[in-house]
Amino acid sequence: MSENRKKKDNRIRSGRPDEIFQMLLYLTAIIILVIVLYPLYFVVIASFSDPSAVGGGQVWLLPKGFTLDGYKELFRHDEIWTGYANTILYTAVGTLVGLIVNLFAAYALSRKDLVGRKFFNFMFIFTMFFNGGLIPTFLTIKDFNLYNTFAVMVLPFSVSVYNIIVARTFFQNSIPSDLNDAAKIDGCGNLGYFFKIVLPLSKAIISVIALWTAVGMWNSYFNALIYLKDASRYPLQLILRNILITNNLQMSFGSGEAMQIALRLSNLMRYSVIIVSTVPIMCLYPFVQKYFNKGVMIGAVKG
Amino acid sequence: MKAPKQQKGNTKNLWLRIRRNWGLYLLLLPAVILLICFTYRPMYGVLIAFKEYRPADGIWGSAWSTPWYKHFKKFFDSYQFVNTIKNTLTITLYSLLVFPIPIILALCINQMKSGRFKKIFQTVTYMPHFISTVVMVGLITLLLSPGSGVFGAICNVLGLEAPNLMGKAGAFKHLYVWSDVWQHAGWDSIIYIAALSGIDPSLYEAATVDGATKMQKIKYIDIPMLIPTAVIMLILRMGGLLGLGFEKVYLMQNDLNLVSSEVISTYVYKIGVINTQYSYSAAINLFSTIVNFILLLSVNKISKRISENSLW
Repeated sequence: MSENRKKKDNRIRSGRPDEIFQMLLYLTAIIILVIVLYPLYFVVIASFSDPSAVGGGQVWLLPKGFTLDGYKELFRHDEIWTGYANTILYTAVGTLVGLIVNLFAAYALSRKDLVGRKFFNFMFIFTMFFNGGLIPTFLTIKDFNLYNTFAVMVLPFSVSVYNIIVARTFFQNSIPSDLNDAAKIDGCGNLGYFFKIVLPLSKAIISVIALWTAVGMWNSYFNALIYLKDASRYPLQLILRNILITNNLQMSFGSGEAMQIALRLSNLMRYSVIIVSTVPIMCLYPFVQKYFNKGVMIGAVKG
Repeated sequence: MKAPKQQKGNTKNLWLRIRRNWGLYLLLLPAVILLICFTYRPMYGVLIAFKEYRPADGIWGSAWSTPWYKHFKKFFDSYQFVNTIKNTLTITLYSLLVFPIPIILALCINQMKSGRFKKIFQTVTYMPHFISTVVMVGLITLLLSPGSGVFGAICNVLGLEAPNLMGKAGAFKHLYVWSDVWQHAGWDSIIYIAALSGIDPSLYEAATVDGATKMQKIKYIDIPMLIPTAVIMLILRMGGLLGLGFEKVYLMQNDLNLVSSEVISTYVYKIGVINTQYSYSAAINLFSTIVNFILLLSVNKISKRISENSLW
């Protein structure tokens, strides 16, 4: 009886306006999907296609004149692989440093019984809105003898106030404070409590912060541009900048025809280098996705 | 007699509370040290904006400028002053115009029935966010290149001559803003989706009983619930009006579009790092930071008065 009634109600509820609305919604969604996906898809097929077919506008839906030359060409450029190795190193170490620095601080700031909490909060948040600017920071880095070192890529700028706020909100809202009282009675100090109880309960926020930091490290070029001098220390993004944008690629040209081929190859290589540099970091996302929604939701609601 | 005694007791108590929580201070220490060394120390370094900085003399030892506002005046008088500020404001205000797009996206996603399509849609719209700025600009350049890109091919099919959009000063702001929308709208919608997921389902049920259509539910339930989040995000944006990021603009710049693509941050970089006019560059930088700071404070204050939403 009640089952029947529900059905009837449902029919009344989803009247004509709602049906039209639903249709428009999914239609728009499909258009958005195409707009977002097509450029990405195009890069993939272009990287496998004959460069002159790409240039001639013959590549639309499927690769034309299938070739792996673009990818083969990548192996001729050692700087790409040095950059790759550097980036992996910077990302791994930088993410670890970022997690330690930011999660530790976030936990301390989440505790209401921390004397001076207001002062420290202000000290952190103020830096979101005011800073010394490029040149004074640059001079500071030089003063600390960090210019053109490995450390400059992972240490000085690892504090992220935004991440601290998100993690702080997480600790405040999802770790019951009774737990701390119980731990205290059992003689567990603050550090023991943090490492043995809080952190294992915080996988969601750890993965979110790790993902954000790793993506940021992998993708940034600014610090490298300003604070690194030796090309051997350059991260991948700086090398990519040369290949994709400034075209400073070192190429030895032979005859005119050889130059034509080299030029075409370099165009093709641009597509393949985009794939090779972007796929790894995109692959990270599905692994943390299950924690992701939870972590962001909890952290972000209160901003 | 009584008061000092109590104060003494309080101080002792305070010490006790601090000592009991020494572990917390230990946890806080790394971030505080890094912040002092690499964020607060450079704030002392802004002094060079008022000095004739020479590396050999150090920050304190360098001579003061006469008059003290010399570098600021130089910037105000230079032809780049109007130009960089105009470009910076054009791009940031334009970005502000597309501010509702992530909100609309979140409203749409919220209306989808949970299932495969919704999941795919979310994942796909998040994806471009993971592309680096360098690759993004490379992508724009490649796709829009008149000789070999998709855009050129489309123009050829239509029988038009493909313009070189990257080299067109007038196209710069559109390219900048819309490529940003393409890349980040999905990701930026997350925070609104989070806010929407916090809405009490009984509100919808009550609306359904009252015979509300979906559009009405969005208008009277979803949007009002999103306003506090949106206002906070807007305030933060306003605080960055002159602080337009360096990374993407710098990469998209070329000699042909420089007229409309030179913004404060790229100018600061060129003057400071490339031309090594440290004091002048620091002065321009300080000027924009202070304007931003004042903007942020005033917008926050206005918002507090009108809508009771505030950053603090």
